[in-house]
Amino acid sequence: MPATDAIASLQKQFPGKVGQAKEFRGESTVEIDREIVRPAAAYLKNELGYNLLLDISSIDYFGDEPRYEVVYEFCALGGPRNQEHLRLKLKISEDDPTVDSLVPVFQGADWHEREVYDMMGLKFNGHPDLRRILMWDGYPYHPLRKDFPLAGLPSDLPGEEGFSRPAPLEGGPFVAAPANHPPAIGDALTTINEPRANPAQI
Amino acid sequence: MPETILETPDSLSRVAQQFEQAKAEGAPLGEMLTLNLGPSHPSTHGVLRVLLELDGEIVTRAVPDIGFLHRGDEKIAENMTYNQFVPYTDRLDYLAPLANNVAYALAVEKLMGWTIPPRGQVIRVICCELARISAHLLGMGALAMDCGAMTVFLYIFTEREKIYNLYELLTGARFTTSYTRIGGLTRDLPPGFVDQAKAFVEQFKGKIDELDNLLTRNKIFVDRNKGIGFISREDAIDFGLTGPNLRGSGVYYDVRKDRPYLNYSEYSFSVPVGSVGDAYDRYLCRLEELRQSVHILEQALRNIPDGPINVGDGKGFLPRKDKVLTKMEELIHQFILVTEGIQAPVGEVYFGAENPKGELGFYILSKGGGVPYRLKIRAPSFVNLSILSKLLPGHMMSDVVAILGSLDFVMGECDR
Repeated sequence: MPATDAIASLQKQFPGKVGQAKEFRGESTVEIDREIVRPAAAYLKNELGYNLLLDISSIDYFGDEPRYEVVYEFCALGGPRNQEHLRLKLKISEDDPTVDSLVPVFQGADWHEREVYDMMGLKFNGHPDLRRILMWDGYPYHPLRKDFPLAGLPSDLPGEEGFSRPAPLEGGPFVAAPANHPPAIGDALTTINEPRANPAQI
Repeated sequence: MPETILETPDSLSRVAQQFEQAKAEGAPLGEMLTLNLGPSHPSTHGVLRVLLELDGEIVTRAVPDIGFLHRGDEKIAENMTYNQFVPYTDRLDYLAPLANNVAYALAVEKLMGWTIPPRGQVIRVICCELARISAHLLGMGALAMDCGAMTVFLYIFTEREKIYNLYELLTGARFTTSYTRIGGLTRDLPPGFVDQAKAFVEQFKGKIDELDNLLTRNKIFVDRNKGIGFISREDAIDFGLTGPNLRGSGVYYDVRKDRPYLNYSEYSFSVPVGSVGDAYDRYLCRLEELRQSVHILEQALRNIPDGPINVGDGKGFLPRKDKVLTKMEELIHQFILVTEGIQAPVGEVYFGAENPKGELGFYILSKGGGVPYRLKIRAPSFVNLSILSKLLPGHMMSDVVAILGSLDFVMGECDR
């Protein structure tokens, strides 16, 4: 169900900071300025009834400026707008990849924002505990950035507590021919580790 | 001879009382102990690690640590065509692979603007509900095992085995089914499937009652689950919980009812909600959902319409093999579909489906072409687990396993 009137009241509440609504497949998307994300979320939650923050994701438009985009999916549970869906988007430049955290408004934003930080490297101001969540502490890259190769980059494993040696098949997943992987974690390694290249030695 | 006073062995309330008192005074009861639960602990159902700070036997702080099963599914999805990603969805919630296949296919179909024919929809509903039964059974069996009742776990595996036999008949695989394709299904119902499924459903009703008898009024099970792990209505919504965990807290939200997809709006079923939001309520919701799923299955198996199962669009779905081998145009379409993938329009969609664990959502951003520019998976287990650090403190150590069991998560989905 499109959320046209909600976007209209959002535009009225934050004049000049809310872009034009876009409709695609029955969903409404609206772009907002980075500064108003927290008041806008609070307004959506408290005044308009969008009380369920479904998801926060991030997009890397590598090569464009502003480079990053954060996407918030809201849904209204109960109330007059029951089951209306609204998507907020905001652009973030590469020089200053920060945005206000939504944790003060939605407690559930905590892990979503940690994941965005982990995978895309965007920082959230006012987040109580902005640590990596899926990768280990001390991992040097943000894997969902477009300039990070699919095959991965070599990095230190998380110390002695975790692993003593790299797991076999490092360099996967093999969705392309190994020789075509941009920066080789060792093309030789990839071939050696490919089980089909090594007949069983008994 | 001095008089001996026997105390009531009601350690729980006594310790809780002491804890409350100590908390009021701001002093710890004893020496703080940091306990590492997991990542390979039987009650963490996979590779969840929780760092618990204990004061005596009471948890004062809980720090969940996830990511041990991270495979980078979202990154992988950006590097392959839409259909190539279907097998990866099997491995999200690996207890309900069919439901994931369906949810993913529906998400991409929403992007494409396709609706599959009625027969395909009914088959998908059957898939989803079989998957829900299978996943809920395991969730409840594991919860019972965490509370010390091994029998249930073995009983439910007998039933799940029968469901796996149905999967095998339908898809050719017992576990990693990869049954859907964008715009349809890999194959139609095999002969004899409907009868076997009906027979399963018929005998399964009695098995639900058996499960009900084993657990619902079982004194030990009730004592272990009632009154622990309260999630208030507000918290449940604020943390974005979905599925039985949200409904256990009394919030009526079921995507099948509220934003109906497939042909769910044509079935009569009810959505159970809890009254208080403790672990026992979440268990009761799952139990009732089993009955409702059986109810949906009965209706679906009774009227399966005839007709095609896949979208007719020859440029979107693989053409029939006999045509590929005899007709030029179909051969070209097959070649383009296999090498370049489905040509998606520019746009972005979010599609959420009611999976056994909650709302499994896919956000797909397409810049056109056969490969998604960005595919985000909203994993219900990930969101459901985010409440742990708020939920666990104040509980006894032994309640932690029951609460984890009652949240019914799958790490394959959580870590993606």
